[in-house]
Amino acid sequence: MKPVEVNSLRKSYGNLKAVDGISFTVNEGEVFGLLGPNGAGKTTTIEILEGLRKKDEGTAKVLGFDPWQKGYELHRKIGVIPQDFTFFEKQTPREGIKYYADLFNVKIDPDEILKEVLLEDSAKNLFENLSGGQKQKMGLALSLVNSPDLLFLDEPTTGLDPNARRAIWEVIRGLKAKGKTIILTTHYLDEAQQLSDRVAIMDHGRIVAMGTSDEIIEKHGSGERLQIHGSEKLADYIRANTELKVEYSNGVISIPLKQKIDALAALAAAEQSKMDWGEIQTRRDSLDDVFVRLVSGTMDEHGEITGKSVHDKSSNQRRQ
Amino acid sequence: MEKLPEKAFMINPVIKGGSKLVSTKRIAADFKVFSRGYLRNKFGLFFGLIFPIILILIFGAIFSGSSSGTITVYAQNKDTGPFPTPQMDIATQFLNALNSSGTIRVVTVAASENFSQYLADHSASEGIVIPENFSANYLTAQQVDVTVYGNPTSSTSGIVTGTVSGVANYFNLQRFNGSMVIGLTQTTVNTQQTKYVDFLIPGLIGFSILVSPMFSLVNISSEYKKTKLFKQLSLTPLTKMEWLASKVLFYIVLSVVSFLLMVAVGVFAFGAHVTLTLWLIPFLILGPMLFAALGMLVGTVTKNPETAGVIGNIVTFPMMFLSGTFFPISIMPEYLQGIAHVLPLYYIIEGLNAVMVYANYAQALIDIAVVTAITIVIFAAAVKLFKWRED
Repeated sequence: MKPVEVNSLRKSYGNLKAVDGISFTVNEGEVFGLLGPNGAGKTTTIEILEGLRKKDEGTAKVLGFDPWQKGYELHRKIGVIPQDFTFFEKQTPREGIKYYADLFNVKIDPDEILKEVLLEDSAKNLFENLSGGQKQKMGLALSLVNSPDLLFLDEPTTGLDPNARRAIWEVIRGLKAKGKTIILTTHYLDEAQQLSDRVAIMDHGRIVAMGTSDEIIEKHGSGERLQIHGSEKLADYIRANTELKVEYSNGVISIPLKQKIDALAALAAAEQSKMDWGEIQTRRDSLDDVFVRLVSGTMDEHGEITGKSVHDKSSNQRRQ
Repeated sequence: MEKLPEKAFMINPVIKGGSKLVSTKRIAADFKVFSRGYLRNKFGLFFGLIFPIILILIFGAIFSGSSSGTITVYAQNKDTGPFPTPQMDIATQFLNALNSSGTIRVVTVAASENFSQYLADHSASEGIVIPENFSANYLTAQQVDVTVYGNPTSSTSGIVTGTVSGVANYFNLQRFNGSMVIGLTQTTVNTQQTKYVDFLIPGLIGFSILVSPMFSLVNISSEYKKTKLFKQLSLTPLTKMEWLASKVLFYIVLSVVSFLLMVAVGVFAFGAHVTLTLWLIPFLILGPMLFAALGMLVGTVTKNPETAGVIGNIVTFPMMFLSGTFFPISIMPEYLQGIAHVLPLYYIIEGLNAVMVYANYAQALIDIAVVTAITIVIFAAAVKLFKWRED
């Protein structure tokens, strides 16, 4: 039995298909990333698995339980940070941990957990006075009180500054090193890439790609390409004098390489042209490129706005 | 504290009490966290404990000293005639004359009532009884006595006696040149004279029983829904019943503390007469329970904290003013009294008055029954509609 088994899961809110028939499994001890733009259905999926929402169709098994029917039993065995984690304003992290320990009826050393989430320094500050990063760390601390082997982290670093995000990553890596199984949702590519063993890219309620980063890039990426900084005229010249497919955009000539030797042909043609050209490099699609292609592709088909912001942002970054 | 080895966290701790039954340990844990949060919030503390005392001081000061205009006096007219002409109904003329004196207001009681009992039931210490054949005796100049009920230690009773005696003298003077045809007999009533502050204390205790749990629970239950704190709590073994129980428990404790403070202020600052008996306990338990549940119900059925606040105010404010909080409802027009009778707080304050001021336990028992019934209904509705998680 795998910790999480999902099959043809569906959930609609009125006409909106938030989760539209997704299937995946999560292996013991792995970090599984659910990556997608806002509104892709990540939170709905994770909340169904946590037993906070009722599914419409399909099956979901978490640690062998039906999360909705057996939520009360399940909750003793899992740890969760909901999206936008918040707590009682007038309590400190240490008090919060004590409270959860009483509720779960477990004996734990609050200092140990505070250390684990790198929050010893703020142990005695009221929740309302904590920074965004510290609040998330407290959420992590609370999710660890019942010593769960399976953790659900719903956008744990959204809205945090880069330093705070790295600190959370460090905590999550520590948890992974201890053998915990972690399901993570995020709309940050780097986060998914940095932390996850496997990633499922979600868009419009569907999983559009799944696997390790390399697997996804291999399957959905365009492979290796040669890039030459040069003019459009040069691009035309190479196209005319080789059998290669040549693309041009914004001063960069881009040539997909079917085999490595293609690069030589392209460079020979460039040299022969007697025109000026600058930097050359070969590169592969990153997960970023694939993500933008997959998600924006879906967006174009349906003409939906969801996912657009992420797409726009990423493509702007690429142009810079 | 003993440091646990790192390894200890890898082993699942033994989790006991896996049943869904109500756990006192969890209620205690939630109670501790909630009361600590409350005590750290100066705002809540002010409204819960300080504000009602300020109200006692303000209202007590406004109404202390000056006695309010006319005194209400119950009168039973046993003189049923027959009167050949209306002019011969001297009894009615006598009561009308009392009314126009300006110092007392006569409220007539049916001749069939047991008058002493009636006064006791209405917690009144002043009353007048006109005997049978009063008019006939007067017209034929035979001596006849009006009975005045009063408490000798009360200044109000003195005023009533003086007024009745004045009107009797006027009647004697008018027809018999001053000879004593209408006389006065006095009957002592032991009911204590009540002062405004005596009403004010039960009223303001009712006020604090209403306001603190009601506003707080409207606020928390809608805010926790919005910020998803309820969702988060649903991920722990705490059940919604346990959560609600700890809130109710907290507001019972707060009400008792607030009660003791207000009684102390009333007694020491204004010399209020307050009876402290075990009869108060049902009100101090049921009240917070009722209004915590009502607040929760409002927070649960509304979509967002803003709407919840508005609905909460719509429910709370009429109750705050019309239930006999700041003044006895008997001085309100009848239609407002009608409204008061559908407000749950009315029965709590009526009951507190019955217990603390009038020692009228039959009345208190009725109020306890009514409040219990309302509490059960509201509590059940709140628990039924309140959801930790959504579909």
